[in-house]
Amino acid sequence: MTATVEEKTEGKVGAVPTFTVTIRVARYNPEADTEPHFEDYQVTAHATDRVLDALHQIKWEQDGSLSFRRSCAHGVCGSDAMRINGKNRLACKTLIKDVNPDKPITVEAIKGLPLEKDLIVDMEPFFDAYREVMPFLVTTGNEPTRERIQSQKDRDRFDDTTKCILCAACTTSCPVFWNDGQYFGPAAIVNAHRFIFDSRDEGGSQRLEILNDKEGVWRCRTTFNCTDACPRGIQVTQAIQEVKRALLTSRF
Amino acid sequence: MQTHKYDVVIVGAGGAGMRAALESSTRTRTAVLTKLYPTRSHTGAAQGGMCAALANVEEDNWEWHTFDTVKGGDYLVDQDAAEIMCREAIDAVIDLEKMGLPFNRTPEGKIDQRRFGGHTRNHGEAAVRRSCFAADRTGHMILQTLYQNCVKQGVEFFNEFYVLDLLMNTGADGVERAAGVVAYELSTGEIHVFQAKSIVFATGGTGKVFKTTSNAHTLTGDGMGVAFRRGIPLEDMEFFQFHPTGLAGLGILLSEAARGEGGILRNADGERFMERYAPTIKDLAPRDIVARSMANEVREGRGAGPNKDYVLLDLTHLEPAHIDAKLPDITEFARTYLGVEPYTEPVPVYPTAHYAMGGVPTNVETEVLRNNTDVVPGLYAAGEVACVSVHGSNRLGTNSLLDINVFGRRAGIAAAEYAANAAFVELPANPSSLVDGMVEGIRGRATGERVADLRKELQETMDRNVQVFRTEASMKEALGVIEELKERYANVVVQDKGKRYNTDLLEAVELGFLIELAEVITIGALARKESRGGHFREDYEARDDVNFMRHTMAYRAPVAGEGFGADSPLFSDEVRLDYKPVTVTRYQPMERKY
Repeated sequence: MTATVEEKTEGKVGAVPTFTVTIRVARYNPEADTEPHFEDYQVTAHATDRVLDALHQIKWEQDGSLSFRRSCAHGVCGSDAMRINGKNRLACKTLIKDVNPDKPITVEAIKGLPLEKDLIVDMEPFFDAYREVMPFLVTTGNEPTRERIQSQKDRDRFDDTTKCILCAACTTSCPVFWNDGQYFGPAAIVNAHRFIFDSRDEGGSQRLEILNDKEGVWRCRTTFNCTDACPRGIQVTQAIQEVKRALLTSRF
Repeated sequence: MQTHKYDVVIVGAGGAGMRAALESSTRTRTAVLTKLYPTRSHTGAAQGGMCAALANVEEDNWEWHTFDTVKGGDYLVDQDAAEIMCREAIDAVIDLEKMGLPFNRTPEGKIDQRRFGGHTRNHGEAAVRRSCFAADRTGHMILQTLYQNCVKQGVEFFNEFYVLDLLMNTGADGVERAAGVVAYELSTGEIHVFQAKSIVFATGGTGKVFKTTSNAHTLTGDGMGVAFRRGIPLEDMEFFQFHPTGLAGLGILLSEAARGEGGILRNADGERFMERYAPTIKDLAPRDIVARSMANEVREGRGAGPNKDYVLLDLTHLEPAHIDAKLPDITEFARTYLGVEPYTEPVPVYPTAHYAMGGVPTNVETEVLRNNTDVVPGLYAAGEVACVSVHGSNRLGTNSLLDINVFGRRAGIAAAEYAANAAFVELPANPSSLVDGMVEGIRGRATGERVADLRKELQETMDRNVQVFRTEASMKEALGVIEELKERYANVVVQDKGKRYNTDLLEAVELGFLIELAEVITIGALARKESRGGHFREDYEARDDVNFMRHTMAYRAPVAGEGFGADSPLFSDEVRLDYKPVTVTRYQPMERKY
């Protein structure tokens, strides 16, 4: 037991209690280490604190060399995807109290992308896959003078996949991607889906051809890890299935 | 040290930077430098919408939008700039739709529009539906759409390149021109010099000067700080917007769209208190007025919660289906971070530092000004880092997404056109000397104080003394702390001495900018003995058009051109204030009532 209620804090919303929690972080310094190792840190947390707050407390009060990416700190920029107790999550969207603070909380870099330092991985292979699926609106012919007309129903058709923040939580939770880094991965397919099912778009056939590749949608084994990992609640596996169906029926 | 040569270098890859890049990269060889990845930029956190008088759902025109912008900014807006922004707003929205942005739609399939604070029909008659939106993630959609189009066009990005210095050189004609920038590559620790014919600063804001803020950790005013250290003035920095509805205790933004869709602010007694402060448009008054009203309710003992230190945003009378369709993200924030269910419970909210109205002064062509009249040839700025000034002393909601698109586009075109007719300016000798000295100075120090400790003291004093309510005494207290922090900063130490991804070092450098900008904000605020827009003085509660209907121009002493090298002290001893007239075209200042 490392979680002990210590005191009532004052001045915080709802007067939340504080507790001590152990954060077990996978550390790797490329200038000194040959492989990652775990280090434990004790931090004092409030019930409203996120895992990102704990990492900041370590960095700002204990060990400034701990390195991780973060920016918005409320789940919209996608910088701080990491493995928290073995599951891919955003550190800024995961409350410490929700991941069983009674036991040490393990924090590791996301898997399947080259590890650079501590919790930082090389994101380039991830963005390369994204860029390959033509993640932009393709149209032909003359442009209208005003906006294109689209019904709200047609707009809703691809709403779910517009929410993607490119955090890589889905792709780096996928066992197929871990074993085969050439696989496009769920995030790239989600972003292809976003345009394939946009009634304004005319690039669907080209995108489907790209995803029909041997490293494309057919590698998906519907393990649903991606859907579980998505911090935006996107039905990732369903989106991949819809792309598969579009390939089989040529209807989208 | 590596050197690169591009016609145009854009610093920052948020909305303004990428919108500029889309224009510049089709015209000339362009590089975009960002200290993040483009899609991490804080444009993505904007929620409620982007106003343009499309008149898709009710009568509207851009002149009404201009008036609202001028009045919303408490008449400190340069009216020529506001006219341009509001007129070009319509094309800016249509351009985004054509790029693929998935706006919400009307029953006829046109871009849907909703109400927003301070945006009215016919010069203040009633709220008007002017904000074009994609649920409550409009900024996310803008950022993604711009990035998607950058991918389509093959825009060249340098990700995680942190620009730490602006290089300028004075020619034989005595004119100082932009020559390049110096960047620190985060992954390797290597210093890069980028020589460019024109440079666009689009580095965003500086919300981390304050403790309670909606801003990202990375919004540390780097672009403003870099320019200021090189002798470029900063305009109207004392005007900082406190957004009314931050999640209480956390500062996370809950869009004004919540009120645009019908949400109501209530005090502990359940009273809709905005009826007292803004009888006509109530909860949809501009942000400065709402934030001040909320803070006043709390001060007078009508705050909610165990410590009576917040007010409540009530959405419980709205249909859950309506909330899910129009406000999905912000209601999720309330659930995730406060454990509050907005369908059935009101959400605790309190003002949060949100937006810098001030910044690097530019004209409407986005050229950076070195004083009230002269530009720095080859240097441009757009977005929150810049002060055009379209926001005056208080920005209207949605006008920042508009600003970045209109002036980002203008900056990209202007920078590329300038580059087409200009030669490269010779780089100064030892171009990276300042950055080398700064980085090695911090990394080489063996003992000293923690960055986080100084930053905390800075943010706490700014929250306590230079926030919604300000007085001479509170600001003098803040300046005392800042003065002390300037000295202590020379002593900060980082534990990470390595080259790879040294974010410890990065935070130390950022802190230097924060301290510098906090001082500029506070000195400007102290000298402005009036209340206007986001700047409210309890000791001078009225607006004073006779003495203060003018822009503040803050200069680092010694004045521009006297040189700032590796041996110079990081902070100046003195911030010199000057003033610049406001451009008035059709709207004479009036009393501001809503």
